[in-house]
Amino acid sequence: MFSLVRSMWLIFLHMFHKRETYQYPEQKAPLPARWRGRIALTRDPDGGERCVGCYLCAAACPVDCISLQSTEDESGRRYPEFFRINFSRCIFCGFCEEACPTYAIQLLPDFEMAEYSRQQLVYEKEDLLINSEGKYPGYNYYKVAGMAIQGKDKGDAKNEEPPVDVKSLLP
Amino acid sequence: MPIINIDNKNYEVKEGKNLLEACLSLGLNLPYFCWHPALGAVGACRQCAVKVFKDADDTKGRIIMSCMEPVKDQLRMSIDDKDARNFREHVIGWLMTNHPHDCAVCDEGGACHLQDMTVMTGHSYRDYHFTKRTYNNQYLGPFLNHEMNRCIQCYRCVRFYKDFAGGKDLDVFAAHNHVYFGRQQDGILESEFSGNLAEICPTGVFTDKTLKQHYTRKWDLTSAASVCQGCGLGCNILAGERYGAVRQITNRFNAAVNGYFLCDRGRYGYEFVNSDQRIKTPMVHHGPAEQSNGIPILEHVHHRIVPGKTIGIGSPRASLESNTVLKELVGADNFYLGVSAADHDLVSLSLRLLRQGPVRAASLQDAAAADVVLILGEDVTNTAPMLALSVRQAVRRIPVAAAQQQVHLAAWQDAAIREAVQDDKGPLFILSVQETKLDEIAQGAWHTAPDNIARIGYAVSHLLNDTIPEVTGMSEQGRDIAATIAKTLKSAAHPLIIAGYGGGSEAILKSAANVAWALHDLGIDAMLSFTVPECNSMGLEMLDGHRLESAVERALNNGVDTAIVLENDLYRRLNQHSADLFFSNIKSVILLDHLYNITAEKATIILPAGTFAESDGTLVNNEGRAQRFFQVFAPATAVQESWRWLLQVAAASGHTTLSSLQHLDDVVKYIAATYPQFDGITTLTPDAHFRLAGQKVPREPHRYSGRTAMLANKNVSEPKPAEDEDTALSFTMEGYRGEPPSSMIPFFWQPGWNSVQAVNKYQVETGGPLHDGNAGKRLIEPNVNGHTPFYTEVPEPYLPLKEHLLLVPCYHIFGSEELSIHTPGIAARMPAPYLLLHSEDAKRFQVTEGHLLHFMDNGHHYTLPVIINDTLQQGVAGIPVGLPGMQIAEAPQLIKV
Ligand code: SF4
Ligand code: SF4
Ligand code: SF4
Ligand code: SF4
Ligand code: FES
Repeated sequence: MFSLVRSMWLIFLHMFHKRETYQYPEQKAPLPARWRGRIALTRDPDGGERCVGCYLCAAACPVDCISLQSTEDESGRRYPEFFRINFSRCIFCGFCEEACPTYAIQLLPDFEMAEYSRQQLVYEKEDLLINSEGKYPGYNYYKVAGMAIQGKDKGDAKNEEPPVDVKSLLP
Repeated sequence: MPIINIDNKNYEVKEGKNLLEACLSLGLNLPYFCWHPALGAVGACRQCAVKVFKDADDTKGRIIMSCMEPVKDQLRMSIDDKDARNFREHVIGWLMTNHPHDCAVCDEGGACHLQDMTVMTGHSYRDYHFTKRTYNNQYLGPFLNHEMNRCIQCYRCVRFYKDFAGGKDLDVFAAHNHVYFGRQQDGILESEFSGNLAEICPTGVFTDKTLKQHYTRKWDLTSAASVCQGCGLGCNILAGERYGAVRQITNRFNAAVNGYFLCDRGRYGYEFVNSDQRIKTPMVHHGPAEQSNGIPILEHVHHRIVPGKTIGIGSPRASLESNTVLKELVGADNFYLGVSAADHDLVSLSLRLLRQGPVRAASLQDAAAADVVLILGEDVTNTAPMLALSVRQAVRRIPVAAAQQQVHLAAWQDAAIREAVQDDKGPLFILSVQETKLDEIAQGAWHTAPDNIARIGYAVSHLLNDTIPEVTGMSEQGRDIAATIAKTLKSAAHPLIIAGYGGGSEAILKSAANVAWALHDLGIDAMLSFTVPECNSMGLEMLDGHRLESAVERALNNGVDTAIVLENDLYRRLNQHSADLFFSNIKSVILLDHLYNITAEKATIILPAGTFAESDGTLVNNEGRAQRFFQVFAPATAVQESWRWLLQVAAASGHTTLSSLQHLDDVVKYIAATYPQFDGITTLTPDAHFRLAGQKVPREPHRYSGRTAMLANKNVSEPKPAEDEDTALSFTMEGYRGEPPSSMIPFFWQPGWNSVQAVNKYQVETGGPLHDGNAGKRLIEPNVNGHTPFYTEVPEPYLPLKEHLLLVPCYHIFGSEELSIHTPGIAARMPAPYLLLHSEDAKRFQVTEGHLLHFMDNGHHYTLPVIINDTLQQGVAGIPVGLPGMQIAEAPQLIKV
């Protein structure tokens, strides 16, 4: 009997509490930066595509909804020829982001992806690539990788010595 | 057998091995880099450290390199010891101080031994904060990519390339911590076995350049066990596909055939599968079949099959299944072997010699174990490349055995043994029409016309057995050569005689058989190796059929309405004149093939036939070993196996026996039941009902990615995956995860072993056969008890003739094979047509190098630039075989210039 009355009293008090319900869509929910929503492919500080087509995100994806083909451009940079995410399968687990060695693939705080047709949920590279560094500004994979690309020769990367002169006999 | 104690457990191990081999053979995980089962141990990388103890009371122990320590009874060691583990972790840590941050863009990634070993040792954090050493890369040709920064200085590459494969243009340069593995300067790697560097190198320094063009990680490949289509040796391969294209060929270990290696034609010759010349839809009169009056394609075919007036032309590059079904469909009387007259004569003779004679055919590994080798008329490096690699091992047998006696060390002590051996070579004798690459390791290499080679062969056999008539009219030099060879052969234990299609002469084959048989009569375990031109040349010959020339004759006599041509370009089998005549005298041509070619232009109906990657089938190699190859992927097009097309045609026309056959197993059973010579091919692989723990064997690794996205651009609902009704393999990643039977292993992978090195885990012992035996079954056994009479018709010596030249065939590893030249890298290394002349002959015909020489053969004009080669006998001219655009000139033959 007492507990009944207590419950009623508590419920009554709630009338005076601050409301938790958002009047979505008029009112947007504030999402933390690390919220796992829409997936994007970001760019490095120079504006180049970050993704090097290493396939790690695809391998990490538990529902196998990422598929891509890597290729190389004239400057020696690797990039995905196509990059496809089937969002109708994606479970937004963020494993791809965790696997990505270049910070290219990132989950963004945006969930407004609903479509009337499932086919529309298949995103290609054009739909995924954004003009931003996303959550990890400053990182540029090619600046630390040992592979030479146009404009960054052997020895030009961070922490690299100039290439060895194989003809030298000096100690 | 010695017992050793590892981490307080006793294990029985094999005598003569090193501790690393013993541990790996026991299935224990122990990291290593520089040791390789085929190359032995040098103790260079310091990765395989373990601790050994004096006795059970010794708690301190000492760290040693397990690859350098032989197995000893009662030896106590520890892999798990803390010091040993620390040591190994630190070694990797040091190797990594200069290693680039490259895995994401490194083609080795996901199949990288360095990654695996790093994980295995537990090294995970870089605590070295100084700068990294860098190197400039080199251009190494169309097959290999070079990225020197990733090198860990294990020396495997040079040990394979120089020491094992006899290459000269890859070496180690510079000194101390700057050593550089590469060429003296940028340039194409010359060795025919260079592609193996991609597998031998445990890191991403050398990677497959053709794979890079359409890069896919190992875990993303749909793979299947297959057999190389590049030549008649039948090396075992793994073929991997992604997005409908074959992406990579890697070695499939077979302890009896190719071991750990492949030649570059085999590794890189796959790109024809992805060619834009592929025939993908059925065509009627060169228009897509569906637009052809709405009649189903099989009706078109069926209408044209007139009983008694339809012939079938088989193919040495089509499977046994396809050839047999065609033979049954048209009837044995109407089945012709689609091979040139010369190839037919030589291969059928080889088959006869192997079947009737008492001497066995050597497998590639038998060949590598031979102690004396005699090559008659073959340029093995170009006609059967991997046999050349075996010969390179064979010449080391005697010196290695001697060195072992001298320094009392096991053969795997590679550095010490090589030091003791120096440049010593065992006996190898070569008689060929011109200089060959193996000459450099031969004790004697002589160059002369095919008939003269045969004469020396006969002379040798006469010296071994005097019931064989003496060769009369021999020169002094010829007699000396024969005497030297005969003397050495007599003292051999396992001599190998090599001959084959490359010499272009039946007399050479017969003389080779004579030599081997005479040795056999002396109680010596002789071996024969006859090379054959194509992957199923031997199988086709065993199936038997009429000669191709008689098909042409029959067509000229109006005996043919329709010819069903199986996977064949008749313009490579007949000279242009005869082929034209043939096609103009028949009403319809039904062609089943992969690529558009001149024959396809003549075809009335074209059925898109699956290549090895889209087909299941059986091939018989030069030693008579039947081997199964499995379909790699299900094509999205109308492409299917030739035998399936033919079965469907048979069903449409109500053929009695064939109508009941449907799947691979049905066809295989039918072949085995109908042709006793193919008895046993049903046991090559488990049948389609085979299951492991109730499951099929998956073609895709468990990490295969992108299943729900790769086709989503077409339709977001994934289609049902293709089902394989022909075999116990599935096209998906679902299925049994353990080790499949050796004949159907689709990829080598074991937990913690992502690279090719995982093959250790599939072997009975390191370097030994796979767990349930080597795949394949020999169909030809020697007639040990019978005695075939020796051949006695010694040919007349060849002497230069006025105004004439003797054309002899010159084969090229890159260029002479029909399909592999569709790989751009191989096409780039193919020679341009030429005519090889001795300088005296050049003078005689008043030409110099580069000049065009003109001659006529069979109504066809040939104008070829001259190349001078003084290793030819005078009066002999070499002509390349099989280069595209070269109409065939029959060789050897005498031509008038
Ligand atoms: S993990 Fe990153 S770099 Fe690699 S393919 Fe995916 S997005 Fe590209
Ligand atoms: S060699 Fe192996 S460890 Fe080195 S970058 Fe390549 S994949 Fe990574
Ligand atoms: S290039 Fe490869 S095989 Fe050669 S030493 Fe370096 S890591 Fe070893
Ligand atoms: S030797 Fe012949 S069968 Fe072996 S890999 Fe080379 S081409 Fe293929
Ligand atoms: S494997 Fe033993 S030292 Fe390299």
